[in-house]
Amino acid sequence: MTSAADLLRVEGLRITFSVLGGEVEAVRGANFRISPGKVTALVGESGSGKSAISQAVMGILPSVAKVSGRVLFNDTAAGAKPVDLLSLETDGSEIQEIRGARISKIFQEPMTSLSPLHRIGNQISEVLQIHTDADKAERRARTEELLGDVGFANPKRAYDMYPFELSGGMRQRAMIAMALICRPALLIADEPTTALDVTVQAQILQLLRELQSKLNMAMLLITHDLGVVANMADEVVVIYHGDIVEAGPVDAIFRNPQHPYLKGLMAAVPHFDMKPGERLKALREVPVKAGTLLGRQGATKATGPDVLVSVRNLCKTYSTRSSGWFGSGSTSRHRAVDDVSFDIRRGECLGLVGESGCGKTTVSKILMRAVTPDQGSVTFDDGEGAVDVLKLDGAELKALRAKIQMVFQDPVSSLSPRMTVKNILSEPLEIHGRGNPKSRVETVRSLLQAVGLDQRFINRYPHSFSGGQRQRIGIARALALVPQLLICDEPVSALDVSVQAQILNLLKDLQKELGLTMLFISHNLAVVDYMADRIAVMCAGRIVELAPREVLMRNPVHPYTKSLLAAVPYPDLDRKLDFDSLQASGGSDQRQWGAQFSDGGEENALFPADLGGGHYVLARKSADARELRL
Amino acid sequence: MLRYILWRIAVMVPTLLIISALVFTIIELPPGDYFESYIAELRAQGEGVDMEQIESLRQQYGFDQPPLLRYIYWVGGMLQGDFGYSFEYELPVGEVVGDRLWLTILVSFFTIIFTWIIAFPIGIYAATNQYSWGDYGLSLIGLIGIAIPNFMLALILMYFANIWFGTSIGHLMDQKYLSEPMSWAKAKSILEHIWIPVIIVGAAGTAGMIRRLRANLLDELQKQYVVTARAKGLSPTRTLVKYPLRMALNFFISDIGSILPAIISGAEITAIVLSLETTGPMLIKALQSQDMYLAGSFLMFLAFLTVIGVLISDLALAVLDPRIRLQGRSTK
Repeated sequence: MTSAADLLRVEGLRITFSVLGGEVEAVRGANFRISPGKVTALVGESGSGKSAISQAVMGILPSVAKVSGRVLFNDTAAGAKPVDLLSLETDGSEIQEIRGARISKIFQEPMTSLSPLHRIGNQISEVLQIHTDADKAERRARTEELLGDVGFANPKRAYDMYPFELSGGMRQRAMIAMALICRPALLIADEPTTALDVTVQAQILQLLRELQSKLNMAMLLITHDLGVVANMADEVVVIYHGDIVEAGPVDAIFRNPQHPYLKGLMAAVPHFDMKPGERLKALREVPVKAGTLLGRQGATKATGPDVLVSVRNLCKTYSTRSSGWFGSGSTSRHRAVDDVSFDIRRGECLGLVGESGCGKTTVSKILMRAVTPDQGSVTFDDGEGAVDVLKLDGAELKALRAKIQMVFQDPVSSLSPRMTVKNILSEPLEIHGRGNPKSRVETVRSLLQAVGLDQRFINRYPHSFSGGQRQRIGIARALALVPQLLICDEPVSALDVSVQAQILNLLKDLQKELGLTMLFISHNLAVVDYMADRIAVMCAGRIVELAPREVLMRNPVHPYTKSLLAAVPYPDLDRKLDFDSLQASGGSDQRQWGAQFSDGGEENALFPADLGGGHYVLARKSADARELRL
Repeated sequence: MLRYILWRIAVMVPTLLIISALVFTIIELPPGDYFESYIAELRAQGEGVDMEQIESLRQQYGFDQPPLLRYIYWVGGMLQGDFGYSFEYELPVGEVVGDRLWLTILVSFFTIIFTWIIAFPIGIYAATNQYSWGDYGLSLIGLIGIAIPNFMLALILMYFANIWFGTSIGHLMDQKYLSEPMSWAKAKSILEHIWIPVIIVGAAGTAGMIRRLRANLLDELQKQYVVTARAKGLSPTRTLVKYPLRMALNFFISDIGSILPAIISGAEITAIVLSLETTGPMLIKALQSQDMYLAGSFLMFLAFLTVIGVLISDLALAVLDPRIRLQGRSTK
């Protein structure tokens, strides 16, 4: 293919941001091309400059950015001459005509990229209003047609809905409709599925793929997820710290990676074919010295009963009242946690998997006594006698709090920006009256050492740390009180792949050396597979399947588990997603399940069936094990 | 929604009752009553006091009754439209306030319009040209506007008006029209006078609104959906008007709640300095002389306007923002 046929050529693109105290070079002389009708993936971690490139192409960089180089857009389909997009006047009429009509973009956050005050249809048909002469009725007809194409069951109704009335996946579909309504020559998708659940991600990828080939448009797919790349891309461009380090067809990149960064990135992703005991190779490994904590831990590591936490029949119902303009509102009750029972064994890591809204976080909050369940019991037994967690109060509750600690998802908002690392890490000790000021500082130092942070950081504030470092501070804080049970609620989902491996290895090492018991909550099956000994799968408030890790991964029984596993994109060209077998409703729709797994609208119709070897699956009482294995 | 409105109106009743009790208590708190202040004033002027006449007045207005009974009389009277008797003016409260109320509303109405007309373009300009010279300059003027007390500005303006034009800018109309009924000449005279108090009273409000509009709009301009609109190919001006400005208006609507009471009570001190025939100076004087029915009625009226204002702004927000209207109040 000659260069004249390239749809977009980026030549010597430099982007600098002027910030307080100097300039930051985000992109340093990038060169790449996008062929018409092909999917080009731009891969890199956060801060590598990949989003800045896409903004430069659209001319929507923030005003503090300076750009040089050339971005040639050769839109032969529209009969236009090649034009250097960077030479066009900022927000001038020429670039405005290209934006939305010939080049359009979908963003990472479907929640915030649509205006909450305007109806979906209004926002989509606005693109037609800008770029075409279509009258109002025609705009509405075309918008509704496209809404149907992107998967809205009732486009007429969707047209008049507001974004907040839709789920994240449906909002992203509306965004896609908005980007495609003028049939652009190039679609820029900036992390289009990062904020979505895995089954929804698979559907959106499938939709993008279909529309891309149907409209024969080129796509620039910006992502950090190599699994997405392997399933979508024709060509790959790898960017690292503003430099393009590798570019080429997807086959060459995956089968024969050259650059050390790319090789490292591939080794840092957890995947399902890992041998037991195999470690992820973090790009920057952090040495763990948990030994400094062992002295204190040793005493409490006394042998106790086999089961540390026993959860029985937990239920929690939230009621939502929706009020109409007239008359009384209707109250809808939502069972966030529905008859959940499981045990966490001493020293094991129990993985809890499920999509957003399935109730996994509510379960963890009940264990922490942050949410009170409607019924059920939680028994905690660390060898000093079993206690009913839900009935404790006063001093006993305070004593229990020291034994169960939590690591949160968002490393930014879970640390107070007004406290130094020393304050953050010694606060739990102060609350529980452990030691004196001097010994607390000692403990803080050993904690920092244990999570692989430099002791000189002790007086710094959280903002001076990277995401991965902050998450390590969060882990150190959870370890400060020497807990028996560590609850990790999506501890790596806000982190880059390379940092994710670091944190996972850290948690794994700490668990091994300190003999911690962990409840590891995640929506990412590959991550849970890497961490957990046993895995529980949650769907719509219920645990649908619980089994040892290998059994669940190799031999899943419940249709929901199967659909979750089928939706994970592998960073492997030989195991692409089977888009045809994906269920349109995302796998959590009971009607798609076999009769033996569906309660058919009856109460108490389902119970956990024992398949042997600690493998339980939620099914009808009448179904026998052979029937379930089908 | 209808149920919500009815509920809100029902809640207003206990709210106003509690406020009336508070108002009554506060007026009762200082030692003595109007007649004692009156006696002290007469004595200070060296005049004799007819104690018998005072006693009979006291009895006539129930000042010898226990406070609880007087409170009930007062509230009961207000419900029937009888706001009591002003001792100071020796007239029923309704008649004392009458004319001044309309003038006050007139001044406040023009002030609000003035504030909006000036603040909106400047606020939008300052937000869209952040850190430009224009933004800095307008912000400086705005901050000065907030920092200078209104009455100070009034004094300065009066001084220069006197020096440069040789005119006095006090009052809301020529003094000869003061007690005359409304006529074309009177209306003309009012319009000639009214712009000075409007500018003075509006200065701080305008400056404050510029700052708030700028801050709100700056927040909204950072949002992702603004980038989305630009990526559609929408021109910067249309983007601004359709998306971030609409979002930034929420604060503006919430403001209505506080504007209504400010219409009546606003700018008392400025009104005194400029000798305006508005209600502000009257309220202050009534409080000073313990003219309790006049003061109490004023305070109750302000409370009533506040409650109504908040209701109006809440309903307007529900109409304009679908999130407030449609999102169920979920209990979490």
